[in-house]
Amino acid sequence: MDRVMSDKKVIALYVLPAFLLLLILVYVPIVLTGYYGLMNWDGIGEMEFIGLSNYIALLSDSMFWRSAYHSLLLAVFSVLSLGAYLLVSVILAGNIKGANLFRKIYLIPMLLSSVAIAQLWMRIYHPSSGVMNRFLTAIGIENPPLWLADSSIVLFAIIIPIIWQYAGFYILIYYAALKNIPNELVEAARIDGANPWQIAYKIKLPLISGVIKVTIVLAVVGSLKYFDLIYVMTEGGPNGASEVMASYMYKQAFSTNDFGYGSAIGFFLLVICLVVTWLIRKVTASKEDEVQY
Amino acid sequence: MFLLIVAVVQILPLIWLLFFSLKNNQEVFNLPPLALPTEPKWENYVKVWTEGNIGQYFFNSVFVTGSAVILTVLLASFVTFAITRMKWRFNKLVLGLFMVGLMIPVHSTLIPLFNFFLNVNLMDHPLSIILTYTAFNLPITIMILLGFYYTLPREVEEAAIMDGCSIHRMFFQIILPMTAPVLATTAIINMIYNWNEFVFVNTFISSDKYKTLTVGIQNFIGQYSTDWGAIGATLMISIIPILIVFFILSNRIVEGITSGSVKG
Repeated sequence: MDRVMSDKKVIALYVLPAFLLLLILVYVPIVLTGYYGLMNWDGIGEMEFIGLSNYIALLSDSMFWRSAYHSLLLAVFSVLSLGAYLLVSVILAGNIKGANLFRKIYLIPMLLSSVAIAQLWMRIYHPSSGVMNRFLTAIGIENPPLWLADSSIVLFAIIIPIIWQYAGFYILIYYAALKNIPNELVEAARIDGANPWQIAYKIKLPLISGVIKVTIVLAVVGSLKYFDLIYVMTEGGPNGASEVMASYMYKQAFSTNDFGYGSAIGFFLLVICLVVTWLIRKVTASKEDEVQY
Repeated sequence: MFLLIVAVVQILPLIWLLFFSLKNNQEVFNLPPLALPTEPKWENYVKVWTEGNIGQYFFNSVFVTGSAVILTVLLASFVTFAITRMKWRFNKLVLGLFMVGLMIPVHSTLIPLFNFFLNVNLMDHPLSIILTYTAFNLPITIMILLGFYYTLPREVEEAAIMDGCSIHRMFFQIILPMTAPVLATTAIINMIYNWNEFVFVNTFISSDKYKTLTVGIQNFIGQYSTDWGAIGATLMISIIPILIVFFILSNRIVEGITSGSVKG
């Protein structure tokens, strides 16, 4: 038995194909991204080693910091919206009739491609014939905003469909976690005289803190690397008002043909994502330890 | 009541999309947004299906999605089997490397991948996206499979080996069928991801012959920038397959999404 189950040839045969794919298409590229960042390179011609110039230029590139700020803003709003999702889940998990149907309906936007969602919301925001402004005009608001063409609100106009898109995903995760809480704990609290809000706040929330932590990581990292919707809806415009780190990287590499600089941004993005994940886990770790039982 | 409002908000934009996909421009601009079209304009659908390359994009999406799903689920099953059931020294390390893959942003790999596919002559070739999808979906697929594999009873394997069954036969004829329910879950999760993927296709594929629906409709809509009915019909065509799959298999999808993220 042991001999068969530790046959080196079989193990290699089973693990290597997937492992090589992972290595060649995920791990080697992230190392190369850091390396290309050291180059002056247009993507076609010869690479020229220029040391840390790209990385240093990045530090004083105001457009990059602006895009990083937009990504951060997106992350903040995504985390804030988690609170709303949690509220919906708590209500949904409270023995509501049709809860199953509701959570499926909520999930539908999440299944659609970002391109379709972006195209749909571009019509919703259409200045004259979009539903948004037709509704605003109908309730008596004159000169409704231009949404995607107004640099002061474009970022918020993009955050709304993002929140819409992912609502069902997070509600589903919270719902599943809440349903996993043993009924005895809730019953015991109820017998001790706790009201529904106390039960939700003092018992249920601490019990799902592990899941909340995971969703915070997902929301923050997801926001930092967000791209599709923004690229299709505004291409980062107008005047960079909705540019985020990933869209800036994409432009530098594939529109400006500055692959070296694009790589430096890509590497920065990777480092930020890994550091932020590590930080969130570290900061929230102690909190979780307290409620361990 | 509150839940109902949320449900309406989630679904309303799509109902509006369905309505304007069946209207002509005059109706879109003059009728109230949620009014039914005076007479459904099914010709919008016929037009976009026959005039453009939608059929080709559609086929490409099915082909690329299907190939990548099969490859991912099979490779991930091999790895998960070797990691959870077989005895070797570096299994935890290899598992760790797959799991770290979950946190890597695809954009950080885009430029080197572009260069790599250019050098191995896979640029503008479906294989470039099939392999990329597989590599990037392996971590989440393995993560979902892991939990299931840990619960499989060891007695089955012991009995099979006692009977002189080879390890490959055991894997294909006993283990793989036993994991069928979780394989279905992972396949659906993979399917949704691949069907909707945008940035890799947009970067690696340039000819219409190989474009998938997400990138195809993006270009296609450009030609019809003022014909709302045609745009609506195009968008509906791209989302209907995923909605049908969802209505048939919604329980599995819900289960897959929860098992794929809660453990993370």
